Amino acid sequence: MDFAVFLVQCLNAVQYGLLLFLVASGLTLIFGILGVINLAHGSFYMIGAYLAYALAPWVAAHLGGGFFTALAIGLLLSVAFGYLLEWGFVSYLYERDHLQQVLMTYGLILVFEELRSILVGDDVHGVAPPAWLAGSVPLGHVMTYPVYRLFMSGVCVAVALGLYAIIARTRLGMAIRAGATNREMAQSLGVDIRLLYRIVFAAGVALAVFAGMIAAPVSSVYPGMGNQVLIISFVVVVIGGIGSIRGALLASLLVGFADTFGKVFIPQTAGILVYVLMAAILLWRPEGLFRTG
Amino acid sequence: MTLRHAAVARAMLAASLCLVAAGASAQARIRIGLMLPYTGTYASLGTAIENGFRLYVQEQGGKLGGRELEYFKVDDESEPSKAVDNINKLIKRDNVDVVVGTVHSGVVMAMAKVAKDTNTLLVIPNAGARAVTGPMCAPNIFRSSFSNWQPGYAMGKVAGERGAKKVATITWKYAAGDESVEGFKDGLKASGGEVVKELTLPFPNVEFQALLTEIAATKPDAVYAFFAGGGAVKFVKDYAAAGLNRTIPLYGPGFLTDGTLEAQGAAAQGLLTTLHYADGLDLPTDKAFRADYNKTYKMAPDVYAVQGYDAAQMLNVGLTAVKGDVAKRKELVAAIETAHIDSPRGTFTLSKSHDPVQDIYLRKVVGSENRVEGIAVKALADPSPGCTM
Repeated sequence: MDFAVFLVQCLNAVQYGLLLFLVASGLTLIFGILGVINLAHGSFYMIGAYLAYALAPWVAAHLGGGFFTALAIGLLLSVAFGYLLEWGFVSYLYERDHLQQVLMTYGLILVFEELRSILVGDDVHGVAPPAWLAGSVPLGHVMTYPVYRLFMSGVCVAVALGLYAIIARTRLGMAIRAGATNREMAQSLGVDIRLLYRIVFAAGVALAVFAGMIAAPVSSVYPGMGNQVLIISFVVVVIGGIGSIRGALLASLLVGFADTFGKVFIPQTAGILVYVLMAAILLWRPEGLFRTG
Repeated sequence: MTLRHAAVARAMLAASLCLVAAGASAQARIRIGLMLPYTGTYASLGTAIENGFRLYVQEQGGKLGGRELEYFKVDDESEPSKAVDNINKLIKRDNVDVVVGTVHSGVVMAMAKVAKDTNTLLVIPNAGARAVTGPMCAPNIFRSSFSNWQPGYAMGKVAGERGAKKVATITWKYAAGDESVEGFKDGLKASGGEVVKELTLPFPNVEFQALLTEIAATKPDAVYAFFAGGGAVKFVKDYAAAGLNRTIPLYGPGFLTDGTLEAQGAAAQGLLTTLHYADGLDLPTDKAFRADYNKTYKMAPDVYAVQGYDAAQMLNVGLTAVKGDVAKRKELVAAIETAHIDSPRGTFTLSKSHDPVQDIYLRKVVGSENRVEGIAVKALADPSPGCTM
């Protein structure tokens, strides 16, 4: 492998890792802070992708905006959706054991998939990226790289920085960290835990939906797309340490590199490589790379 | 035995005879088990197959071989690990006479094993796994679709004829992909080319970027790709976005562009693929089929609908020969084996191993259609290595 190809592969790895981070960050927030195993997280990603597909023509017809208007509307909808979902379902799960959480959120997967099938059908759909991002840039003599992928990576980095700033530097972030460490204590100190949890869940849903929307132009939109993402996201969360945004970022990049170079160098075992990585890291650090709480 | 006991015994005998009779009249309907994916990546394929099957039955006045049908449906979720349980639900619980299924090759392997062990009649309306009509072939197993080897072989032959000497292949690492690539290699060899790089990734992973970079670094004369559904859409778009379509022609079996053109958009234009069905076939059967399908389901049929349609047609041939008596298995099988199936794809016969012997078309993506360019290979039969039937 010559050096230019190696660099392009590194770019591939980082770019894949960053997208994984976007999905996994919401999952690790919900898992780490609310203590809820949310199997429906992949469905939120799927819903996001379908929103990007369905909203774009509607927005173009009624509001005259483009992809980004659709993105903004989708984001608002997803926050509202996450808020309602927490109020109607997830808030009943905090005191219950993990089996019941898994049952409820698995049930949600089935409901969302069926609704998707009824509302949009089972066909594969494409989503066009905004025109000014549709081109490609040449990368040396090797190949060209789609501008949209680079843009996507930029957005992921921005989200990562934003999340870090909110959690580490703001009052809300402090309350979130306190709530994750000791729910009762935070509550007795005057933090409205119910509201806080609702916000965190809505934010987690919004992150997954946002990831789905932003990924839709490259990933296309198809049935079952959420399940693939869910499994790899759980790997990321477990490697990174449950509840740790920093851990999720590092783990996403690790998985990105393992997956990319695994496919190139040892294609026979590429399918299990990330799981081997997970097992190895858990042997070394059973709590994941960064444990919180 | 006292008189009274005898009376009770007689009453019981009469009652049980009634039950038997009731059972027999319920048997008057042929029990068809549909084991298809109704959820997941292949959900739309499952629906198309069922639509095609029911369309043919509807054209026959709701009957096959003169008998009414009763349907039992199982969603196989394209999940091989659940395949044995799922087909057993149909065979043991629902007591079906025939199983029709399925799309996913891994699932069909398990189904074929159970069908062979229980001697249940199985018609496969899609999955092209070669082993099913190879080492596992059996008198009670038929296929109305294709073997993975067939479109691959035809594409290999065409690629070689078009001057591709060194070709890279890329596919998911699973049976269907391996077999398709195997066919491609056989065809390419026959027309003077060779495969210099075989790239794979685990099913159903769709992160192609790393392997596209490998292709760009290898610089082959052409690329042969086997993907379907969402993966096919993403691969074709990624291939174009990487700029590879400008320098390295992309070939594939028809699944690369079937039912996915709306989603692939401009990235798929001009792609050449091979399959046993195409848009713009000038055949009366096809025209009638398409008109009928359009009228019934308010949408255009695809190759999967054709395969479902032909599965029903093959069953009808067999059942008609035995006047609907499924117990006469030998005659039923013999009738299908010698049949000329008047399919929308063109007439086909069945090979010794119960695979279609059919023309494979070369197609080109024009707009939203896979237009027929010509016949890539005429009456192509999978050699079905390992079948001793």
